[in-house]
Amino acid sequence: MFMPNLVRQLYTVCIFLFISILSINVCADNLASMPNVNLGQVLTQSEIEKFAITIYPDGKHLPKGQGSVAQGRKLYNNQCKMCHGESGIEGPAARLAGTNGWVSFSDPLRILRIKQYPVLLISVGGMWPYATSIYDYIRRAMPHYAPKSLSNNQVYGLTAYILYLNDLLDESARLDEDSLPKIKMPSHELSVDAWADYIEKAKNTKSTINTNNKK
Amino acid sequence: MKNKSLKTVAAGGLLDRRSFLLNGLAFTTAYPLSSIASTSSEAHTVIGETLPPWMKVPGKGALAYGQPSTHELHIKRHLEKNTPETSLFSIWHTPIENQRGIITPSGLHFTVNHNGIPDIDPNKHQLMIHGLVDKSLKFDIDSLMRYPIVSNIHFLECAGNTAPNAVSFNALDQSCQDLFGQISGSEWAGVPLKYLLQEVGLKPSAKWVTVEGADGGSHARSIPIEKLMDDAIIALYQNGERLRPEQGYPMRLFLPGWEGNANVKWVHRLEVTDKPAFTKDESGLYSDVLDDGKIQRFSFHMGVKSVITHPSGKQRLPEKKGFYEISGLAWSGHGKIRKVEVSADGGQTWAQAHLDSPILSKSLTRFHIPWQWQGQETTLLSRATDEQGNLQPTRDQWREKYASYSFNHYNGIQAWHIDSNGVIKNVYA
Repeated sequence: MFMPNLVRQLYTVCIFLFISILSINVCADNLASMPNVNLGQVLTQSEIEKFAITIYPDGKHLPKGQGSVAQGRKLYNNQCKMCHGESGIEGPAARLAGTNGWVSFSDPLRILRIKQYPVLLISVGGMWPYATSIYDYIRRAMPHYAPKSLSNNQVYGLTAYILYLNDLLDESARLDEDSLPKIKMPSHELSVDAWADYIEKAKNTKSTINTNNKK
Repeated sequence: MKNKSLKTVAAGGLLDRRSFLLNGLAFTTAYPLSSIASTSSEAHTVIGETLPPWMKVPGKGALAYGQPSTHELHIKRHLEKNTPETSLFSIWHTPIENQRGIITPSGLHFTVNHNGIPDIDPNKHQLMIHGLVDKSLKFDIDSLMRYPIVSNIHFLECAGNTAPNAVSFNALDQSCQDLFGQISGSEWAGVPLKYLLQEVGLKPSAKWVTVEGADGGSHARSIPIEKLMDDAIIALYQNGERLRPEQGYPMRLFLPGWEGNANVKWVHRLEVTDKPAFTKDESGLYSDVLDDGKIQRFSFHMGVKSVITHPSGKQRLPEKKGFYEISGLAWSGHGKIRKVEVSADGGQTWAQAHLDSPILSKSLTRFHIPWQWQGQETTLLSRATDEQGNLQPTRDQWREKYASYSFNHYNGIQAWHIDSNGVIKNVYA
């Protein structure tokens, strides 16, 4: 095909430019893995305080307040019993007290209950490693039909009552922001951390690969 | 079909796919062409008289939002019967034995909700990030939409998928939907979380993030920072459209390859911390009890797993000694599927199945193998291996590791028993 010199030169320049743009785009793609879009707006301290409801095992974010086993029992009978059962083991909702598993000497009907509601295989008292989590979950999600409707003191009372059902508090006990994080849950010592194991294994694999590369 | 020319690759009638394809080709070319007769009455023929009714009337208009055929309305999710309904805890299973390929229609995607599905106004919803950061920030949806959005095809599986086979003393006579319906595949699109974490600036002590939803129960999980800086996204789209409410509208955390429960729906708050919060689900329902009584926390990965979906439980093979294309799904939270082997004789011999493209990391992968049923009682099995070399365990191998009542992360090899009448049942191999 006939092509005057000038046109041909322009054509070459255009192709060159096009390729350059392509390669710039490739570079931009690499840089784009961490773009500086910066469209986040300032989140104020008062907004954080309104929403930050998570309670940590060391008691961080626990509100001031207190509640007794007796106060908790009253609330439990009015608002919780219909789902968790008379003594926290009957279901249909999650079992609150006792050990995990199929059978228990203290609960001869357990197998029948589990057949009806398999989630009763595990219990809060048998599974949860920190009592602070009980407070956290009641306050954010219970009762199921009216979440976030209980006062901080009421949540202390209910937490105390569940701990009492698990023989972890006396009938006369009270619970507050200082005493709650000190409760030792039976399953705490049984906990193993699969993520820590995974990270450890990944590190070892990586170092093996690196050693191989050096060789 | 000339079975003599088909190569078998394992006992029980498993066939070589290549020989099958060549044979099929010969079959089609040998098919006789029907003769075209011309008669004198041809001029008076009204073609409509002998054709189906839908070929003789104009069709309907389309809908603004398309729906499945009215003939397919029976293909639905099933509600898990063992869920205590009074606790608003619902588990819906997807009918995977009615699907092909690797994408689950959004409306059929499995969904597990611990306190119902909230009705969130997207204009009032914000993603807040605070805690161990240089500056606390919030992002509305319009802002998030302006960040680079990545899309990838991934599976999502509930940690409790196939739990009945993990803990039930007897193998329950249930369908694939009942036993395996808490797995789905979708294309998820959203903003890589590392962009947002980079913007707030992580303090050196930042190790975990407590991720929380804006639902009635404020569902929360503690997620390691390593995952969030790797392939985690704030998902805004599923299969090309904005998230469905039961998948977390207007936004959810998506963690490729990790248990469904950690993929926090309706996400609104990320609190960066130096340690996990031990929220309700990581304290109880989503922990694993090991054989020695220890309780394993934070086992996020979903292990390598496979299931034959065609044919599967509660179905019946319609033709004795007929040809069937065995097909199923394999997936791994550790990467791509490397191979899937199938046995048609209860595990004595195995043959490698064909894997359909695309074979993607942490995604459903579709496998096939042609099979000539010999009409006898047998058991079909499938076992997958992922690119890390993880091989799916047998049920016994899996159970050795866990307490008899531990039901999460079950990935044992699935066995479908076929009796001489072609009736298919879930069994323990």
